[in-house]
Amino acid sequence: MKVVQELWESLAEALIGLGAVVRFLLRLVAASPRALLRLDLISQQIYNAGALSLVIIMLSGLFVGMVLGLQGFQLLQRFGSEEALGTAATIGLVKELGPVVTALLFAGRAGTALASELGLMRATDQLSAMEMMAVDPIRRVVVPRFLGGVIAMPLLAAIFSVIGIYGAQLIGVQIMGVDAGSFWSQMRGAVGLHDIYEGIVKSCIFGVTCSLIAVYQGYYALPTAEGVGRATTRTVVTSAVFILFLDYLITAAFL
Amino acid sequence: MSYAVNGGRPVFAGLDMDIPRGRVTAVMGPSGTGKTTLLRLITGQVRADEGSIVVAGQELRGMRRSDLYVLRRRMGMLFQNGALLTDLSVFENVAFPLREHTDLPERLIRQLVLTKLQAVGLRGAAELMPSELSGGMSRRVALARAIVMDPEILIYDEPFVGLDPISLGVILRLIRRLNDALGITSIVVSHDVHEISTVADVIFLLSGGKVVARGTPPELQSYPSEIVRQFIGGLADGPVPFHFPAPDYFGELLGRGEDA
Repeated sequence: MKVVQELWESLAEALIGLGAVVRFLLRLVAASPRALLRLDLISQQIYNAGALSLVIIMLSGLFVGMVLGLQGFQLLQRFGSEEALGTAATIGLVKELGPVVTALLFAGRAGTALASELGLMRATDQLSAMEMMAVDPIRRVVVPRFLGGVIAMPLLAAIFSVIGIYGAQLIGVQIMGVDAGSFWSQMRGAVGLHDIYEGIVKSCIFGVTCSLIAVYQGYYALPTAEGVGRATTRTVVTSAVFILFLDYLITAAFL
Repeated sequence: MSYAVNGGRPVFAGLDMDIPRGRVTAVMGPSGTGKTTLLRLITGQVRADEGSIVVAGQELRGMRRSDLYVLRRRMGMLFQNGALLTDLSVFENVAFPLREHTDLPERLIRQLVLTKLQAVGLRGAAELMPSELSGGMSRRVALARAIVMDPEILIYDEPFVGLDPISLGVILRLIRRLNDALGITSIVVSHDVHEISTVADVIFLLSGGKVVARGTPPELQSYPSEIVRQFIGGLADGPVPFHFPAPDYFGELLGRGEDA
């Protein structure tokens, strides 16, 4: 009985938490039209979340593409269809690995930066000071960071996929000797717009999810060193779980 | 007015205060009395459970968020740690309220900001970042930011904590000078009996969620109350006990509680 009660309490707690996050999202959406007038703030946050994540995204994309090239070549070689490497790598990257790995990296770099920044602003009374200056911190601080993340995420995922395809090509064509013409032409023939569309939808949803979790955790962090640390950890863990869960749901929906 | 944290432990029960307009009013009391909470109530950051709080003729109870923001434009607040925005320079910190609330031309914003920075003696630090400032300098910049919109009410939360004697003297003089020059109402929350006595017109002493004494600094020095004497004289024990409530000392040392 005790186990059932504890499970029930955990479920109720999770639902209350989810409700609070949804309510917070609605506040962000309501504040967005006015925040959109401050394009300078949003572009600054796109730079912080996007441009500053570029190196890690490009490096990771390259390595993931190279691994995909190696593994894909070995597998396809068994069936004598190495020329399909371009198609396999591109579909894998555009539909799955691009959005998912980019979102996981985004949560680790930009998400933690957002959560800790907002948490520290809370701990050092910067958010309270804004409220005292009659400036809504949600509109001035949180929404630009949220929108910056939402916009940056699909762009980063696209860059990840493109670099990944070149990584796969580098291994498959340059090193393993797959014919370059077959690699590119099979890819162009087999990869359709719907594949790219699925990747875009995933990266947009992951962008909203990661950015929302990061700003929520940061904004409501306890104003202590421990509170900020916990908010940062929760950002990564919650984002990772939600990314993988949503990835399954979206993949199933697109079948 | 009454207020309890999350409807639990009462911080104030029937608190009654009347802060005079245009004067420097000090709010003092032992730690944990709720002095900072009182400031948060006055500024509408938290709402009272019962009673009313009237600021500049407006009742805060039931006030809409948008109206509260309009009222806050008439207030300035100096936080304990300055609460400067760490990603903005000193100049931009002071200019922040002007940029958010007005459409003034850049030239005028510059003049206003430099005037306020000159008033706190930090015009030369305009281009520095908050991380390059000492604690005293941060609070002076925060003070410049608090007065940049020419508020009617200026609130100071523990403005002397951790300051060296020179910075402390500067802040004290600024509180008095700004109050007299701008004709604003100043509310200062502080523990520092001697320092605040030099600038305050009126002192409220809070304890147990109530006002236990009210008067000018000389009046409080000779106030016929034990708790006031303990606080003003800095006595370790008295009506405010030195020891946090605990079980019998020897009994606990000898482990009697564990046997039972």
